[in-house]
Amino acid sequence: MSVLRRITRSTVAALAVPAVLLALWWVLTADSESYYLPPLSQILSTFDDVWLSDRLAADVLPSLLRLLGGFLVAVLLGVGLGVLIGSLRRLRAFCEPVLEFLRAIPPPVLVPVLMLFAGIGDTMKVLVIVSGCLWPILLNTVEGVRAVDEVLVETCRCYGVRGRARLWHLVIRSASPQIVTGMRQGLSVGIILMVISEMFAASNGLGFTIIQFQRTFAVTEMWTGILLLGVLGFLLALLMRLFERRVLNWYFGLRQAQRGGSR
Amino acid sequence: MTVMTQTQTQSRTGTEVLLDVRGVRKVYEGHGRSVEAVRDLTFAVGKGELVCVVGPSGAGKTTLLKCIAGLLAPTSGEVVLEGAAVHGPPPGMAVVFQEYGRSLFPWMTVRRNVELPLKEKKLPKARREELIHRALDAVGLADVQSAYPWQLSGGMQQRVAIARAIAYEPHILLMDEPFAAVDAQTRADLEDLVRSLWHRLGVTTLFVTHDIDEAVYLGQRVLVLSSSPTVVLDDVTIDLPDERDQLTTRSSSRFAELRGHVFEQVQRAKKQSAPVATA
Repeated sequence: MSVLRRITRSTVAALAVPAVLLALWWVLTADSESYYLPPLSQILSTFDDVWLSDRLAADVLPSLLRLLGGFLVAVLLGVGLGVLIGSLRRLRAFCEPVLEFLRAIPPPVLVPVLMLFAGIGDTMKVLVIVSGCLWPILLNTVEGVRAVDEVLVETCRCYGVRGRARLWHLVIRSASPQIVTGMRQGLSVGIILMVISEMFAASNGLGFTIIQFQRTFAVTEMWTGILLLGVLGFLLALLMRLFERRVLNWYFGLRQAQRGGSR
Repeated sequence: MTVMTQTQTQSRTGTEVLLDVRGVRKVYEGHGRSVEAVRDLTFAVGKGELVCVVGPSGAGKTTLLKCIAGLLAPTSGEVVLEGAAVHGPPPGMAVVFQEYGRSLFPWMTVRRNVELPLKEKKLPKARREELIHRALDAVGLADVQSAYPWQLSGGMQQRVAIARAIAYEPHILLMDEPFAAVDAQTRADLEDLVRSLWHRLGVTTLFVTHDIDEAVYLGQRVLVLSSSPTVVLDDVTIDLPDERDQLTTRSSSRFAELRGHVFEQVQRAKKQSAPVATA
């Protein structure tokens, strides 16, 4: 009973502010005459026309696939390199300045460069996404791997836990809170880059479509695209949250136990 | 202070020597200065013995234990376990650390914590099941197998660590101040658990502690260490009856005598900055 109430309460809390904002938008634009700021009611009624037809498969899906591809490559690269750099102190001393430099480059400026090497196809767009997602994942993984508990390291040595078992059960699992934090940050960067990469030399995708609407003065349609991006971002964040709850269940429990002073 | 030159084949209680610590010295080098933590430790532990090592805090007890466990290389001298010199954690050894909260994997259930070393030993599933079941049963935790360590009290967590150690079927069990961080009541229970497990399994045990009462209550022998740089000050045989009990043993006059003797040695160790070995 109390669980149900808690879920209801948190759902209400999560939806309250968006509902208020949407209501404000609705009311304030209700009798808007402006060509650039159509009423929300009009945007919503155009929404399914614009998106729920063939654009879902033609534009939304390719965008999401590129995002997924880029994100997964970034996770693999970031965790792989991060574990390596985090475990080897010498390597870390060499890499850290370079990493700081590379991280400081805004990925959108890489688009023209990547175009030269990877052309204007999907590879370029995926690479742009990777170039942005990678850094938070990589740097957080390095931090997480560096912070592996000394006592656990010795425990593994004593009980002969080495090689792949050590990598998974000790290093990656104990860095997983930081890795997931990096993934969460990486995902939000990835969504931005997904859109940006499609604004250059693209023939489909969400970013492409929105720019297309803007250039053809289809303002209402453009607004529906922005709304859709917001909803997608929200849903992806929600998925990330579910993943986090599942993978880091132990971590939240441990933290709660430590705060509760049971130790 | 002579370094052993010949192999000891008999420990003080007359059994075959399992662990032989010969002239172990450890100097920590760093930042342009060196600190001699352990000067000369020489002693032997016989097969099946339960030996306690006691010393004032900062006596290099943990350094000694890490040298024996192969986690730390001694500067000179050697540790010989079952006839082979130790250069890294030997397979027949299990360690229970003081920091129970940090030596169990918080992302694994109790059962998986006990199982992981067994998997690494490539034991077949059926055998693993049997060992896990028996070990958790022996420490009285058969019903919390699927709990996570952080869901348990400190004393129970240390029981899990002990279960993991005994399930590993070690030839020697090292315990590094395992009960320093649990409350007195739990501590008494855990001490009795160690005694009963040692009786039941006959596993050679080296128990490091700073608590004199605990050392005398648990051990067949108590090694008294000096403060750093460490040497063995005394090797006291505990001639208390084998059946020990928190109430009667601790109130017996012999216990008081032994405790007094060890206490004196430790006090002496604290006062002397550069102690002379009597061993």
